[in-house]
Amino acid sequence: MTREHGIALLILAALVLAIPSIVTDSYVMTLMIFSGINAIAAIGLCILMGSAGQVSLGQAGFYGIGAYASSVLSQSFGLPVPACMAGAAIVSALAAVILAVPSLRLKGHYLAVATLGFGEIVYIVLNEFGPGGPSGFGDIPPLSFAGVAITEPAHVAWTVWGFLLLVLVFSLNLLNARPGRALRALHGSETACSAMGLDIVRLKIKVFVLSAVYASIAGSLYAHYVTFISPSSFSFFHSVLLLMMVVLGGITTVWGGVIGAVIITLLPETLKSFEELDVLAYGLILTLSLLFLRRGIVPIVIDKFRTSERGHA
Amino acid sequence: MTVFLQFLFSGLTVGSVYALIGMGFNIIYNATSIINLAQGEFVVIGGLLMWFFLESCNVPFFAAIGLSILSAGLIGLIMERLTIRPLRTNDLLVMTMVTIAVSIVMRGLLMFKFGKEPYSYAAFTEGDPLVIGGAVIQLQTFWVLGITAACILGLYAFFNLTMVGKAMRACSFDPTAASLVGIPVSRMIMFSFILSAVVGAVGGAAITPISLMEYDKGPMLAVKGFCAAIMGGLGRGRGAIVGGLTIGILESMTAGYLHSGLKDAVALVILLAILFFRPAGMFGNTTMQRLKGH
Repeated sequence: MTREHGIALLILAALVLAIPSIVTDSYVMTLMIFSGINAIAAIGLCILMGSAGQVSLGQAGFYGIGAYASSVLSQSFGLPVPACMAGAAIVSALAAVILAVPSLRLKGHYLAVATLGFGEIVYIVLNEFGPGGPSGFGDIPPLSFAGVAITEPAHVAWTVWGFLLLVLVFSLNLLNARPGRALRALHGSETACSAMGLDIVRLKIKVFVLSAVYASIAGSLYAHYVTFISPSSFSFFHSVLLLMMVVLGGITTVWGGVIGAVIITLLPETLKSFEELDVLAYGLILTLSLLFLRRGIVPIVIDKFRTSERGHA
Repeated sequence: MTVFLQFLFSGLTVGSVYALIGMGFNIIYNATSIINLAQGEFVVIGGLLMWFFLESCNVPFFAAIGLSILSAGLIGLIMERLTIRPLRTNDLLVMTMVTIAVSIVMRGLLMFKFGKEPYSYAAFTEGDPLVIGGAVIQLQTFWVLGITAACILGLYAFFNLTMVGKAMRACSFDPTAASLVGIPVSRMIMFSFILSAVVGAVGGAAITPISLMEYDKGPMLAVKGFCAAIMGGLGRGRGAIVGGLTIGILESMTAGYLHSGLKDAVALVILLAILFFRPAGMFGNTTMQRLKGH
């Protein structure tokens, strides 16, 4: 973790602490909580795309497993929520390994195709066999820690953004340590990497599992916050939304995932005035950002900042 | 036995549309190595435009078909010129994502124009359904099968007998060598988008009287067609036909004998199984595929 990242993290931490005094409107608070949840999942996808050069079109599948597994564990077995979230993460990680091992052994974007199929299968299974079927189920125990329930919106926001900070610290450290360096080398030349004795496939599998675990944690937080879930929240469209966040924010840094998640979560509110054109507006924003902001907002802003700084010196 | 025949025919009908979508995937994949995930939207566009010309503009049948095909081709062309061509990167990831983005734009436009309700129009010919071995088969089924067969033959002739078709095949083997012998590769890529939009739209126009069409059917159709293409080995024209029909029949049998909700899962399970065990498709050569790299 470099100094810039450290400073950015401290600023973010300060902002998170100040959430209750900045955000007074309860609706804005809800949006903040959803942004944080989406950001956790987006960071995973960011690392997968930016570092391992792979794309997942089925993150909503892991997000859904995280939500359903954690809800069912806490509702039917009465386990404490943190334990349920960990259990759900393990289930997601296992699914990720099963998907990744065969598809990453092949070159090209087989993982994208496999995840697309996986996400749809999860969606169909939740629809057909999930508790409550297509209409979902409610009365999911709220977030809690050491037996104390967290229901106050400001406290939920702290919890979610606290998780996000942990995920950021973990990811930044990881990317700056040996695995991160290996991933960056992988970007340079895959052949050179294998010649140096790096097990590329294993590394990519690990990154994919990490992204699945992040998505699963996000899903669990979502379920325990909303306390009602139905399969429609975990459709292919959600996978595309997560992809959009990452592309818009920028895949070369994990901060891109955070910024992208906040923008895309707040966007529907601004697009509401378009009414039935909102799908169209979504598509246009994604298309245009792919065409013109191909590197993403955060990397572009950082570059601008660096060049202007150099200009002053 | 009667029930079995009934399921078989309905499976063949949807299967032939999957085959058409799969061939659309192959045409673009061969020309560009892009997986065009907006392929399903072409089918929806075909069905909805056909409705628009037939019912809303009261255009005669053959003119409506011609206009739908023309408009679909134009949409394919616009898509290629506005998004794929300006990008021109080697990053297949970005290009595939652009096709997803374009598919969302198309869905948005379709929803704006046609709303969320399903559309249908009269079958191409009137008449009582045929009864074969006790199974009742609508005449439109034969239209779908016939049109699919005509598309297959047409594409075969195009790629093997015409100069443009041969040039497109040359691009798929080696774009650099193709441009060295004077083939305008970029124009061939444009043609591939037009052609695959037309193939998809024809399938959509044929199937709509049987299975209805609505603005958001695209992604599922794309996934099914993609499964068909993968099953036959991505890039192999004939493979997609076998793949599409197989998926269609298995799907209809699952819905009939097992559980209708699992219908959509069949193609996906096949997709995953093929990726895991035979990534080059049922008829492909795995080692070659791995060496080629895409």
